[in-house]
Amino acid sequence: MSGKATREAYGVAILELGRSNPDIYVVDADIGKSCKTVPFFEELPNQHVNVGIAEQNAAGVAAGLATCGKIPFVTTYAVFGSMRMCEQIRQEACYPNLNVKVACSHGGFTPASDGASHQGIEDMGIYRTIPNMTVIMPADYYSALKLVKAAAAYYGPVYLRFTRDPIPFIYDENAEFVIGKAVQLKEGKDIAIIANGDIMSRAVAAAEELETRGYSVRLLDMHTIKPLDEEAVKKAIVEIGSIITVEDHNILNGLGSAVCELVAEMGMGKVKRIGIQDRFGESAPYDRLLEKHGITVKNIVASAETLIKEKQPV
Amino acid sequence: MNKEEKVAYLKGKAIEMRKTALTMIHTAQSGHPGGSLSAADYMTALYFSELNIKAEEPKWPDRDRFVLSKGHVCPILYSALALKEYFPYETIYTLRKEGSILQGHPDMKVCPGVDISTGSLGQGLSTAVGMAIAAKRDKKDYRVFCVVGDGESQEGQIWEAVMSAVKYKLDNLVIFVDNNNLQNDNTCDVVMPTGDLRKKFDAFGCEAYGIDGHKMEEIVDVLDEIRTKKNGIPKVIVGKTVKGRGVSFMENVVMWHGVAPDKEQFAQAISEVEGGLK
Repeated sequence: MSGKATREAYGVAILELGRSNPDIYVVDADIGKSCKTVPFFEELPNQHVNVGIAEQNAAGVAAGLATCGKIPFVTTYAVFGSMRMCEQIRQEACYPNLNVKVACSHGGFTPASDGASHQGIEDMGIYRTIPNMTVIMPADYYSALKLVKAAAAYYGPVYLRFTRDPIPFIYDENAEFVIGKAVQLKEGKDIAIIANGDIMSRAVAAAEELETRGYSVRLLDMHTIKPLDEEAVKKAIVEIGSIITVEDHNILNGLGSAVCELVAEMGMGKVKRIGIQDRFGESAPYDRLLEKHGITVKNIVASAETLIKEKQPV
Repeated sequence: MNKEEKVAYLKGKAIEMRKTALTMIHTAQSGHPGGSLSAADYMTALYFSELNIKAEEPKWPDRDRFVLSKGHVCPILYSALALKEYFPYETIYTLRKEGSILQGHPDMKVCPGVDISTGSLGQGLSTAVGMAIAAKRDKKDYRVFCVVGDGESQEGQIWEAVMSAVKYKLDNLVIFVDNNNLQNDNTCDVVMPTGDLRKKFDAFGCEAYGIDGHKMEEIVDVLDEIRTKKNGIPKVIVGKTVKGRGVSFMENVVMWHGVAPDKEQFAQAISEVEGGLK
C-alpha cells in the first residue's frame, strides 16, 4: 500500500505554517512525538509551549495565547483532546469564539493495540454539539495537509482529527479543499456513499466493487462534519434517494448522525449508518477491530445492494 | 500623589466599588455579593492605581491583562469597568438581564474591558498563563493579573497552570488569591481544606506574599514591591479576606455567597458601606 498517516501531514503542515507565520503556535501535552510536532518544536521553540500531562491547562493556555493574536494548535490524542479538555475548550475557546485549533491524532480505533482507553470514538460527536466549533477529519495525507492550512486560515475554533496509521492516498498534492464542502470522488445514481477519514479507502474499494456488479455509485468525502455540506446531502437524497454513511466513530453523533438528522427533516429517502455500534473497542489489530464492528468493504457493498434493491423492488 | 493620599483615594474608590456592586446585584435580584465584597479592595487598587489600561481603547495591545478566574464575582469587576467609564454607568442596572453586556459571568465578546470569558472555576489562571507567555514571546512589557478564589484552588487545573507559570518563568504574572475561607456550601475548611495556600504556591515555585486583603496600605505596598521584580518567578498575593466584607450581616455568612439583598437589606448595606471599612 502506498500512503502516509494524516498525523504525518499535520506535522509537516504545522511546521510550514509556523515558518511563514510567527503567530502560529503549538501547545503540546507531552505527546508531541506521537502527534508529530517535534520538528516544529525543534525549529520554532519560540512558538511552542509544552505544558506537560495537563490537557485542561493546555486548552486554557491556548485560549490566552489566542486573545493575544496567536493561532494556537493544541495537540494531543483525540480521546484526551475531546474529553479531558472538552469543557475548557467549550468555555475558553468556543464560547468567546477564539481562534483556537484542537489538532488531535489517534482518532477512532487507530490506537488499536492501546485498547479502549486510548481510542477516541466519541470525539467528533462531542465537539459537534458545541456552538462555534468546526469539526474536520481528512481522508488522506494530502487532504490533511490542505485542511490544516485551511483551518489555520479560518478564524474560529476548529477540531481536526488525525490518525495513527499510514493510509492510502486518495488525492494528489494539487487537490483543493474548502471547509464545509464535500468532495465528490465519483458520480453515480444508484446509491450514495458518504465517508470520511481513514475509512475513505474502504469506501472507494466498495464503490469499485459495486460498479463491477453493475451499479452506479456516488461517493462523497465529507471531510467536514460540522458545518455539514447540507447541499451535497440534500442533492444525494433528491437525486438518488439512498445514502450509506461510513465512519470510524461511534454511529451516535458522528457523520452518520449528522446526515440522518438532515435527511429526517427532509422527510424522504433512506440512510444506513456503518460505524462503531455504540460499543467500546479493545486491544486488537486495527483491521480486526473494523471487521468486528462491521466497518468493512464487504458490509458497505452488502448494505448498498440491500438499499438499492429496496429502492427498486423486482 | 504620595502614599497616604493614594491610600485615601483608593479607600474612597473602594466605597464606590462596593456600592456599585451591591446596587447591580440588588437591581438584578441575582448575583454573588459575598465574594464581590471580599475582592473589592484589591480590585480597587488594581483598577484605580496599578493596571496600565485605557478605557477609551479596551483592546489596546500593550495593556495589562486582567483575568477574573472566579468569574461569579463579576459585579465587582463590572463596578470597576463602569467607574472607569468602559461603558455608561447606567449599564449596571442591566446586570443579568437579557441582551445585557453584563452577563451573569463575564463575556469578553460583549463587555468592553473583559479580557477573557470566565465562569467555570479553575480555568482562568490557565488563560492568564497563555497571555503572559505571549507577552514574553513578543517581548512586551505588559503584565497579567489573575484573581482566583481559595475554594477555586480545589480545582486541579489551578495547579497545572501554576506549574506552567513557574516553568515559563512568568514574572509578568500576578495571581491574587481571595482567601476568604468560604465557598458555596460551607467554609473551605469543612468542604475541602485548602491548607496554607501561601506555602502551597511557594512550594510550586512561586513567590507568594501574605497580606490583609482589606488593608489598602498593605495592598499598595505589596503591589509596589513586586512591580519591578523581574526575577523570573510568578508572584502570588494571598489576601486574607472576609466574605461579604463591609456589610455587617453578610460578613462571614455562607448564605451570602450567591443571594441578592432585598430592599431593606440593601438600604442597610449601602449605609454601612458608605461609612468605609472600619
